[in-house]
Amino acid sequence: MDNKEQYKVHKEPFYQAQGDEVELYEAAYAARLPVMVKGPTGCGKSRFIEYMAWKLNKPLITVACNEDMTASDLVGRYLLDANGTRWLDGPLTTAARIGAICYLDEIVEARQDTTVVIHPLTDHRRTLPLDKKGELIEAHPDFQLVISYNPGYQSLMKDLKQSTKQRFTGFEFDYPSAALEAEILSTETGLDKAVASKLVQIGQAARNLKGHGLDEGISTRLLVYAATLIKNGVNAKAACRMALVRPITDDADIRDTLDHAIEAAFG
Amino acid sequence: MDSAIAERNEELEGYWTMLGCKFAQVEAVFEGCMTEAKASLSKEGLNAYIENARFIGKMGRGAEPLLVYLEEAPSVAHLVGEQALVDLREFAHYMSTHTNFKAIVPFLQTSAAVARRLHSRTVFTKYIELVRDMMNRTSGSVHGHHTTFPSPGLPHLLKQAPNLLGALSLEGFRNWVEYGITYYNHHPERQEEYFSLKSADAIAVMQRERHGTLLVDNERKLDSYLRALWEDHDYLVPYSVAFDDLRKPMPYFTGDGFRLPDVYDDMVGVKGIDRYRAALAHMAAHRRWSQKMIVDNWSPFQRASVEVFEDSRVDYLACQRYPGLRKLFLALHPIPKEEDLQLEEQGISVFRLRLAMLSRAILDPDYQYENPHVREFVGRFHDLMATGEATSAQMASVALSFIARTRGQRDLSAKMYFDNTEVDYRDDNRHLWIYIEESDEDEMFEHLDKRQNQDEELHALPPRHYPEWDYNAQNYRPDWASVYEVLHPRGDASKIDNLLLKHSKLAKRLKAMLEMLKPQNKVRIRYQEEGSELDLDVAIRSLIDFKGGSSPDPRINMSHRTDGRNIAVTLLLDLSQSLSEQAAGCNQTVLELSQEAVSLLAWSIQQVGDTFAIGGFHSNTRHDVRYYHIKGFGESWGTEVKARLAKMEAGYSTRMGAAMRHAGHYLKTQQADKKLLLILTDGEPADIDVHDPQLLIQDARQAVNELGQDGIYSYCINLDPKADEYVSDIFGKQYTVIDNIARLPEQLPQLFIALTK
Repeated sequence: MDNKEQYKVHKEPFYQAQGDEVELYEAAYAARLPVMVKGPTGCGKSRFIEYMAWKLNKPLITVACNEDMTASDLVGRYLLDANGTRWLDGPLTTAARIGAICYLDEIVEARQDTTVVIHPLTDHRRTLPLDKKGELIEAHPDFQLVISYNPGYQSLMKDLKQSTKQRFTGFEFDYPSAALEAEILSTETGLDKAVASKLVQIGQAARNLKGHGLDEGISTRLLVYAATLIKNGVNAKAACRMALVRPITDDADIRDTLDHAIEAAFG
Repeated sequence: MDSAIAERNEELEGYWTMLGCKFAQVEAVFEGCMTEAKASLSKEGLNAYIENARFIGKMGRGAEPLLVYLEEAPSVAHLVGEQALVDLREFAHYMSTHTNFKAIVPFLQTSAAVARRLHSRTVFTKYIELVRDMMNRTSGSVHGHHTTFPSPGLPHLLKQAPNLLGALSLEGFRNWVEYGITYYNHHPERQEEYFSLKSADAIAVMQRERHGTLLVDNERKLDSYLRALWEDHDYLVPYSVAFDDLRKPMPYFTGDGFRLPDVYDDMVGVKGIDRYRAALAHMAAHRRWSQKMIVDNWSPFQRASVEVFEDSRVDYLACQRYPGLRKLFLALHPIPKEEDLQLEEQGISVFRLRLAMLSRAILDPDYQYENPHVREFVGRFHDLMATGEATSAQMASVALSFIARTRGQRDLSAKMYFDNTEVDYRDDNRHLWIYIEESDEDEMFEHLDKRQNQDEELHALPPRHYPEWDYNAQNYRPDWASVYEVLHPRGDASKIDNLLLKHSKLAKRLKAMLEMLKPQNKVRIRYQEEGSELDLDVAIRSLIDFKGGSSPDPRINMSHRTDGRNIAVTLLLDLSQSLSEQAAGCNQTVLELSQEAVSLLAWSIQQVGDTFAIGGFHSNTRHDVRYYHIKGFGESWGTEVKARLAKMEAGYSTRMGAAMRHAGHYLKTQQADKKLLLILTDGEPADIDVHDPQLLIQDARQAVNELGQDGIYSYCINLDPKADEYVSDIFGKQYTVIDNIARLPEQLPQLFIALTK
């Protein structure tokens, strides 16, 4: 049981709802429908799932997907040990056994053949066949599968298969409105509201450049970084340059423009 | 005359005698000139002034030089020091004795204006040296010793000098002059055009040498500025500020974009780029917050007042949004002097000054001023803005009452006070006005001007312009060569088939070599969970992990895949006149041999399966570089292509750099790991409008470098036995000289094979 306990979210994460997503998620969970969250990087997708796990008081198992991940990394594998072999459950199997919310972050980063293993868990069957072990796991009644992906920056090659997409209910996230975002910054870091709204203004300037030299605008996460630095006593302009501008671009023209935006916003 | 002299006081008479001049025109103005000279020169300076004047008067070039000297010299001496008087005289004398006496008057005439730009004597003497050098190099001589023809460009240069120095540093001025001397030394009319700033070239070079921040260099930055901070975007169109002295054009925007000056110098500590940003911020603020107004019934004064209030309103809102802008605006906004309001008593209209004070006071809370009206209206402005954004119409009503309240007696005076009242970053506000009644001035006949130039369209595609490298100036001549691309005419395709048949033996041999080129390299893919072989290294590592108790990596296998060959080739053929010569040691022309060689090569490349294109080029001056399309990357090696190849003809000259740039521009867009540009030529780059043999060689070398930067490997196959003299200058080590041309058909494909193996 303590296995289950370690995946619990114990402290309430700060999450500022942008709309009715919390209620909708609760409804989806009540029906145990699989959920897909999409949106640009750093807009609060993972935070939202963490918050929901806390709110529903369910364990949360997060898997960061990557290109080298194989199906057995999700499901589990046999390990050799001194007396022969031993089966080790993968995170997906564990979640299905203990009744956790399994969150596959950035699912498109994993190879398409890998993601197919989640199919039987996401429809009416709610089972996970472990063919190597010869076992069929019935998912725990509390189990739910959540995936996230960012439709923005991935290449054409990395898109979800239709057969995968059509197994999920979807939430679309975007950066919050200016007032809301400023509030998020000040609640998250304790930064003064006025400074926070200036940070948001810079963030929005950068978001206007998406597709005109930037692949992605400045995310809420980066704004939180900048706010944290400022709160810790770093000079505001230096903090912005360090946390907001330098990470997102190597293009001198864009960098100049954003630096100027910082100057303009802070005066 | 005697009576006139008697009237002057003794001192003046002394100077007049010293001058020893009998010109009546000079006598008429002498007194006036002396008054000015006395005001600005010391005693010794005055003596020098007269002494040099005496010399100039006795040079035998009439009264004009002396008159101009007397008028201009005092200001020159005042600006750059009295020794400059000697410089003036010496150089005037030099011009006089070197056939350029016609330039004396323009020289002296503009000397004061030039001195005003240059400030110091050292720079001024440098300027004279520069002009002297230009004169020496452009004056014609018959026997090498005596200059016999005056420099055609010199008088024009001297007339333009103040203008030029206003826009260029002395360094830039020197480069500009240098360019003119280099390219137009042997063409008097062109030289005149250049130095009088009439030719497109002269303006382009001047633009290049300008100091300051050029709009063209920063367009992208400014575009992203608009998008990022103002969520706005439009075309940024430059206008030139170099040619309007009287009325400087202001930034403005219309339906087709923002108009900005082509260059901004740094000003009062504000960088040029920030001045652009300030101007754009102001205009973007107008676009966001201003509404149009009907203004038929407003007087110019009322309009000016509305403009200032509305400008202040949008600046205010912009600063509210971006507080940092205030610093920029404050630095660029002039600080009007309130004490000058008293000038009204002297009949000067200070209405602009009042408005400027108002504008400054709104922008700058620290601005010190007394005027109660301005104070009241600044208050009214802030009261209005406290209610929110306000509208243009609300602002206009405040502005109109400001004019009604403050109108002074002298506002209509012709003498207008302008100092410190023009706000540099603001636009001319043409977007604010709506006129209901059309003025009578609209151009009814405009449509008649739109005559279509129905010139015979010679060329299939519009020309592409490429720069050319000028090694003398170490710089590019912008858009110098015009390349017209045309489809090569067609001939009989069977000719090529026959040629291939003739070489069928060779083809068979080549085929064996080509087989070797086909992709067969195995590439190992490691770290596979399932693969064709066990990867021992990884397997052992896994075993160690396992023995050590940690979880072993299961990806212990490896597999193979065959490596692809991914090359794009462009074959560029020199089709210049020399190709039609008979090849040494055989009875075919070089053209025929090339044809055979190219056919074989094309066939070979086709066999290997690389993507390839064929183009031919020749040129007839820089205005007409022909690029013949023979085979494109997408076309297959079929009848169509063979037909074009069969019709190959020789003519004109070899402007290699432009053709290479054009071929490279297609090759660049190909998706391939390796890109190869093969150039088959029989001689060095040359063209009839270029006299310096090195120029096109250096240009071609530069083209090779440019292509190299784009990942294109250039390789030259040269048929000229004397090629060793220049080909390595262009291609470094990337060339082959084929001495025995008869063997070209055999060697060319082999060379390709060797290059791509």
